[in-house]
Amino acid sequence: MPAATQKAYVCASDRVPEGGRLVVDIGDATIGIFRFEGNLYAYHNICAHQGGPVCQGTLIPRVTEKIDAGGESQGFDFDRSSLHIVCPWHGFEYDIKTGEHPGRRAARLIRVPVEENHDGIYVTL
Amino acid sequence: MADTKTLNGVSAAREHAVQQITTRTDSREILANARRDIERYHLDDYFIVDVDAHHVEFDSWADILDTLENPVLRYNAKEMTKHWPNAKNLAFSNHPVGLTFQDVFGRIPHQAELGEYVEKTDEHRDLTLVRRAMDSMGIKMQVVFPQPMLEMGLHPEPDIVVAMTFAYNRWFTRTILPREKRVKSLLCLPFHDPDACMKTIQEFGEIPGVVGFMITSQRHVGVHKNMYMRIYRELEERGLPLAFHAGPSWGDTMTTTMNRFVSVHSMSFVTCNMTHMTNWIINGLPERFPKLKVIWIESGLAWVPFMMQRLDHEYLMRQSDAPLLKRLPSEYIADMYFTSQPLEVTIPHMLEATFKAVRAETQLLYSSDWPHWDFDVPARIAGLPFLTEQAKRNILGETARKLFRL
Ligand code: FES
Repeated sequence: MPAATQKAYVCASDRVPEGGRLVVDIGDATIGIFRFEGNLYAYHNICAHQGGPVCQGTLIPRVTEKIDAGGESQGFDFDRSSLHIVCPWHGFEYDIKTGEHPGRRAARLIRVPVEENHDGIYVTL
Repeated sequence: MADTKTLNGVSAAREHAVQQITTRTDSREILANARRDIERYHLDDYFIVDVDAHHVEFDSWADILDTLENPVLRYNAKEMTKHWPNAKNLAFSNHPVGLTFQDVFGRIPHQAELGEYVEKTDEHRDLTLVRRAMDSMGIKMQVVFPQPMLEMGLHPEPDIVVAMTFAYNRWFTRTILPREKRVKSLLCLPFHDPDACMKTIQEFGEIPGVVGFMITSQRHVGVHKNMYMRIYRELEERGLPLAFHAGPSWGDTMTTTMNRFVSVHSMSFVTCNMTHMTNWIINGLPERFPKLKVIWIESGLAWVPFMMQRLDHEYLMRQSDAPLLKRLPSEYIADMYFTSQPLEVTIPHMLEATFKAVRAETQLLYSSDWPHWDFDVPARIAGLPFLTEQAKRNILGETARKLFRL
């Protein structure tokens, strides 16, 4: 029988600023909570690759490459509408909104339901 | 659903002590999730030998330069460190700028530096770091290599290569090796100079913890040249394995066409070992030195089935080009040893076929390559669904135990 889920209070809202994160331990689990474009996202701190501490990695906009009408590359750019968390073990990058690797969607983080009330942020485990 | 806002009056969530892993983070924290694998796969029940890991000799560069035997070279190197702003940890090395791309520009901090706090004691800092890594991953013994010294094969000045190789080997076998029985090494041969290679084997071959010797693979020489035969004979007679450790080069005719580090790393870590393996087999070295054990390090495994098929195919049509062979190239390759990292796992049925081709149960040696950016934890092997329990035990350590007489 699956264990019953529990809703756990995490922190006051201002502990997870826009574009930032908070990594917390709840029981045996370590969870990363992120805020991007006003929305909260939470994932287990376990990378889909080799289980690395993904939520403790670098937060960085997705890198894109500009291609002009003639098909020529005009170099790299940041896409600031897409925020990535980079696993510090080997560099797998995941879109914060989807939890998916942009090149292999099956490589995805384990999402944790997260909600925000007047008194702060909760996750359900 | 219970609301656990508080647990005995305390918030249920605790802020994790390390919010972001950096070059200053303790490696036990970086590798905390590997410790979970120890429980999950019962790795404490295994004798795990890691056949490719690294310490950072640049951190001890001044001490290594002090070990240079030739007084003029020692003077030159030390003066370089005084006068050039960044030469303190670089003088006389062949560290190419491209290698500093390995950490994906800060995304993979442990590749750039293990700058964590280590209390100052009599123990060398590198030993503390090596132990922290081994204990975090459930590894019992580690074959430890340097890092930039592996690029000496393309150094422009052979005399410096020979002098630095002796200096490093002396420093390592005096400072690191005698202090920890769990640390072993395959020492670099100064392959620019066969006489110096023979001297290296004689000077270091019987030191406890030296389990064999190594040729750094990025180099532009044919390993089948007659001048090297006495080296292979000496190793064969001593029962010491010969390893080829792959490395990257952004400076050869293929990689100079490439604009991204991922392209260079994908190709050149493999093509250097492909080149040496081709010369090794086509020139019949397995027939000339049938008892010499050969290990191919850090090229992953996916290249091996390609080499087996390609060399077999061509050899059968051109037997007279390789008259010493009595078997197919693939059969000689199947007798060689390979380290596992970086294990290419994205296409499971090809991985399984590759394990069969290389006879992984008896020939494959687990390696982590820690602290490099593409390291593999032991769970990489322990979690493979197609391996028998005995195969896992062999790959993780029992084959290394036999090969290196541990
Ligand atoms: S474990 Fe996260 S990238 Fe490998």
